[in-house]
Amino acid sequence: MAKLRGTGIAAVNYPTGMNLGGDPSQALIHATTSGSFVVALSSTDLGQGLRTVIGQIAAETLGVAADEVVIDTADTDTGPHCMGTFASRATHRVGNAVKAAAEEARTALLEVAALELNAPVGGLVLDGFGNVLVAGDPGRCVRVAEVASKAQFEYGRTISGRGAYMKPKSPVDPETGAMDPDSTEAHACTIAEVEVDTETGQVAVLGIRSAYEVGRQVNPALVRGQIVGGAWMGMSHALYETTEPYYPNPDHKPKDFSEYVMPGPAELPEIDCVVLEVPSSTGPYGVKGVGEMTANSPIPAIVNAIYHACGVRVDDLPVTPEKILRGLEAKWATESAAAAGGR
Amino acid sequence: MGSRIVSFELCGREVEVLVSPMATLQSVLRSQLGYTGTKEGCRQGGCGSCTVLVDGEPMMSCLLPVEDVEGRRVTTIEGIAPVAGLAPIQQAFIEKNAFQCGYCTPGMVVLTKTLLDHHPSPSRDEIIDALGGNVCRCTGYAPIIEAIEAAAAGATTDAGRDAGDWPDPSGER
Repeated sequence: MAKLRGTGIAAVNYPTGMNLGGDPSQALIHATTSGSFVVALSSTDLGQGLRTVIGQIAAETLGVAADEVVIDTADTDTGPHCMGTFASRATHRVGNAVKAAAEEARTALLEVAALELNAPVGGLVLDGFGNVLVAGDPGRCVRVAEVASKAQFEYGRTISGRGAYMKPKSPVDPETGAMDPDSTEAHACTIAEVEVDTETGQVAVLGIRSAYEVGRQVNPALVRGQIVGGAWMGMSHALYETTEPYYPNPDHKPKDFSEYVMPGPAELPEIDCVVLEVPSSTGPYGVKGVGEMTANSPIPAIVNAIYHACGVRVDDLPVTPEKILRGLEAKWATESAAAAGGR
Repeated sequence: MGSRIVSFELCGREVEVLVSPMATLQSVLRSQLGYTGTKEGCRQGGCGSCTVLVDGEPMMSCLLPVEDVEGRRVTTIEGIAPVAGLAPIQQAFIEKNAFQCGYCTPGMVVLTKTLLDHHPSPSRDEIIDALGGNVCRCTGYAPIIEAIEAAAAGATTDAGRDAGDWPDPSGER
């Protein structure tokens, strides 16, 4: 009996978005009288940071500070249509829609500012700090807040923008099966290091180290959060989680999520990553999606590491101690039979 | 058995509330007192998202009949921060990005508060032990452990008290 260490590697190419019947998202932006901008969406932030990232994209495009942008995802009944936040699509799809809406709203803002500054629209710039300037004439400027207020109380105009992005439906070629399933792909490679206890069959994951290529990172802290949390979740899928665990007597199966097996902080391996940026041609500012993929490559990397450590190849998840012990027994039986036959 | 009035101290103020028999502290906090910071996860003591402090000790409020806190001192996430600003623990969670969906966060922060009250400089193993009953599905725990280490290293739970008007953790006023 021993504790055996092994290393495994796995890679993933992950599509951003889906395309089974057209994949649209839309956005509406308007300025309030105080000069902040409200982005109305039906796209839900379930913790992945959509509101933060979309706010950054809107602010960058509008030319205002990020804290001047309010993301309103309050109601899917009344907001502009979104297919949903899944398939790592939101930063790409919703980001494209918001960028388009922000460009239109920015033009509307500059048209009012041009009236106020008595200057051509083409000669105006936003400084990102809440001012519209006449390029090359630093004395002539007006606050965005003042433009927004005057648009509504003096000029009777809206400062607003509409944005839509749709990946059109791609039919499948009946002869070849070829289609265009996604908009861009992100890539990752993971190296996992494990220690297998051949007496108990238990696996300790010691390290999950990954390289990611995710296009332009809008928010590197959120990208890292996805990768670290996803690595843990991948480990959880690889070794622990199932709603139908094998028990000799089904009466002993878990009845609820309090008996659902997941790793806790004590099982936490060392998790690290490097992130490379190769901007996509279709995403706003070159983004790709990085969400679901982060739980993918850790799984086969861990399974490969187990094989490297103890020579047991398990091909159904999760890799429980029982499966490893049965695999070891079979392997030892085969080895001793071969040894006996060789004598 | 009919409804009865239960009185206890909640985040530094006395409350009286008419409760049904066996109503949990969690449901009373959220539905009757408007303290919605305490989350409802599994309702069976398995996830820790409902953690509150009773007389300074962490308890799963989803398992606690509110009648059991009669005359006792209850602190929720709403009582962790100073009146203005954030507690050092909360600031550390932000700086280490120690949440995504945020559902476990109130329980994690309340738990950290009592951990650091008892062990101002916890070892990594003591932190991991303390987190054993609180589930996080998003972060992989690593950023939460880092945040607790940062809160312990950068400031004791006393440090933030200078920044504002704090509820007195001893309960003696």
